[in-house]
Amino acid sequence: MPHPHQKNLLTSVQMAHFVATGSFRMDAVVPDEMNQQALEVLKAGIPGVPYGTPLSEAFVDSEFVQRLVQLPEVAGAIHSLVGPEPTVDHHAVHIRKANEGEAQNLHGDAIIDVRPDAFDVQLMYYPQDVTLEMGGTLSVPGSHLRRTNESDTGRYQNLLGQTRLVCPAGTVQLLHHGIWHGGRKNDSSIDRYMFKIRFNPTVRQVRLWNLEDLYDPEVARELDQSFPWYENATGRLEKYNRIKLWQALTGDDTFDPEFWVTRVSNRPQRVVAQRSLNPHATKKEMA
Amino acid sequence: MTATAAPAETGQQTVRQQVLVLYLASSALDARVVGWSTYDGTGATHPTTGDSDVPPYATGLDALKDGWRLFQAAQLLPPFPGHEYDVSFLKHEFFFEKLVTV
Repeated sequence: MPHPHQKNLLTSVQMAHFVATGSFRMDAVVPDEMNQQALEVLKAGIPGVPYGTPLSEAFVDSEFVQRLVQLPEVAGAIHSLVGPEPTVDHHAVHIRKANEGEAQNLHGDAIIDVRPDAFDVQLMYYPQDVTLEMGGTLSVPGSHLRRTNESDTGRYQNLLGQTRLVCPAGTVQLLHHGIWHGGRKNDSSIDRYMFKIRFNPTVRQVRLWNLEDLYDPEVARELDQSFPWYENATGRLEKYNRIKLWQALTGDDTFDPEFWVTRVSNRPQRVVAQRSLNPHATKKEMA
Repeated sequence: MTATAAPAETGQQTVRQQVLVLYLASSALDARVVGWSTYDGTGATHPTTGDSDVPPYATGLDALKDGWRLFQAAQLLPPFPGHEYDVSFLKHEFFFEKLVTV
């Protein structure tokens, strides 16, 4: 795939937003003409793709999906997050049927994944207007760094500040692999469609976005935000872990504007006390 | 020891358990609610994932004031050595019940 234009890459502030929240959302980024086609295409099914197929080769049999991932804004966001030529892990069409009686448990996809300096991204495309009643995807901002396994979080029904997706047709969101999410119960009379692709990076995810604003103070503000569902103490650990991820993505282990990492790493080695103050030092006999 | 089923029935009345799980911002029971789940043993309601953005109570103490009985609180466990900065499940989980005659 061609390198996206600089203007379509994410900014540093947008990347910091992703690192803090675990998601990046683009409302109505897919043109109406494609959204109109989408339901028929998704109903017919998208041909399977073997794990690890390069993105440029993965959808040769699906012109629609090629167009989707090559939309300038979508391609720019994918490149910014996972770099050039990611591979496709898997894809799926998810349908929440009209008046469906059940919601999915809150879960993270695949299995527990604690890579400190790499992440997969899941693209979710919504071809229809999604109302609250249609059961748009539930996701929990800032949950992606929690070390939990798949649906072990199923006991959590609601968390303060959760996102119950309501969006216009053509919305795409890109989610960190670890984010807690689930399809909500569809209480409407309309089947709700969502198309998902999981991407694996094939390069180190270091400075892949538009770096012009790397030192914008808004970067630090994004990274320092809290979420209503965070416990008081653990919320501080979230910031610590976020800074560690930002340091990995920028290749700059000195970036720590609020000193969450620096403070607990400070172990000076220089000794300045005089030797004579050491009670264990051998006393010299006076001549 | 022989286990005997204790029927939750008195005369013609049947008792069922409603369970409320609150996740609080600290280990204090009067801390603010940050997450919640409910399970209704009467079958009259069907709470589920992502069905509300508004917590049923502002604090754990408010649930007590409304008649919920606390029956389990999460232990305070020190972090495993080497994992002091890890984040995982919500730590401050409190289980409440109401017994309802149906």
